[in-house]
Amino acid sequence: MTNPAPADPRQTASEQELIASILAGQRDNFHLLIRPYEGQLYRTALALMKNETEAEDVVQDAVLKAYRKLASFRGDSKFSTWLIAITLNEARARLRKDGRATLDSLDAQREDNGDFTPATLTDWREVPLAALERQEIRDLIQRAVAGLPDTYREIVTLRDLEELSVNETAAALGISIALVKVRLHRARMMLQKKLAPHLKLAGKKEPKTRTFGRLSWL
Amino acid sequence: MALNCLHVWDHISEYIDNTLDPQVRAEVERHLAHCEICSAIIDSTRNIIVLMADDRVFELPLDFSKRLHARLDEVLKHEDPEPLGIGP
Repeated sequence: MTNPAPADPRQTASEQELIASILAGQRDNFHLLIRPYEGQLYRTALALMKNETEAEDVVQDAVLKAYRKLASFRGDSKFSTWLIAITLNEARARLRKDGRATLDSLDAQREDNGDFTPATLTDWREVPLAALERQEIRDLIQRAVAGLPDTYREIVTLRDLEELSVNETAAALGISIALVKVRLHRARMMLQKKLAPHLKLAGKKEPKTRTFGRLSWL
Repeated sequence: MALNCLHVWDHISEYIDNTLDPQVRAEVERHLAHCEICSAIIDSTRNIIVLMADDRVFELPLDFSKRLHARLDEVLKHEDPEPLGIGP
């Protein structure tokens, strides 16, 4: 085999075979190729567009572009990273066209002098994943992510929602690893400050029947 | 050198990602061993990261996938991918 090793084991042989088969004429296999990444692409587009309908349009355009340009995918990055980069470009092009482009430099200034004091709680209790069954918890998290400055929301979306590595996040956004780490840290601290006090209450277990004097009603 | 809380807060993200220099990590851990506040901050941040990664938080719009594949079908029916060397 002369092919270089895939960047990640998740980029399976079958994915490379799918790509080869599509380029050889089995076009319908493209449906299978992108299916695992639909959610990732949608959340990526949503992070930039902040609007569900526009995010959906961006994903459709990006996926069509990925199909047309499939021959140029070299396999030296993961296929998912390549798809995400196309989606980011598509979203940015649309924002630029509408005069809504993010001014990265403005956000960068904020990186030097923000107030990133976290919420301090000594009785933190882990919020179980089952709490996500509750719409109110999902809304809380959605609103907190939506409320981040644009460049921070991008980073958190790729790194913490899509679970790309720091290196993949840097590659997809075309910025340095150091800048990814700085922004990721700030973004996570903002989310902690915003969410931890609410989630702490949300995660509270039912009070035990055993009473603690006059505090038993709490 | 012992770290105070403010120093530890600078390292939370990298601590969670396990990308800290081993010496710094050891110092952070020494601090965490006796600081409830910083321990709770790290636990809550880690928990938030876990919750955010869950697909239920940002669900796809209804029929998103159906519409995407229908639009794709229109193109797949008529077009091959472009051969290499065309366009940027």
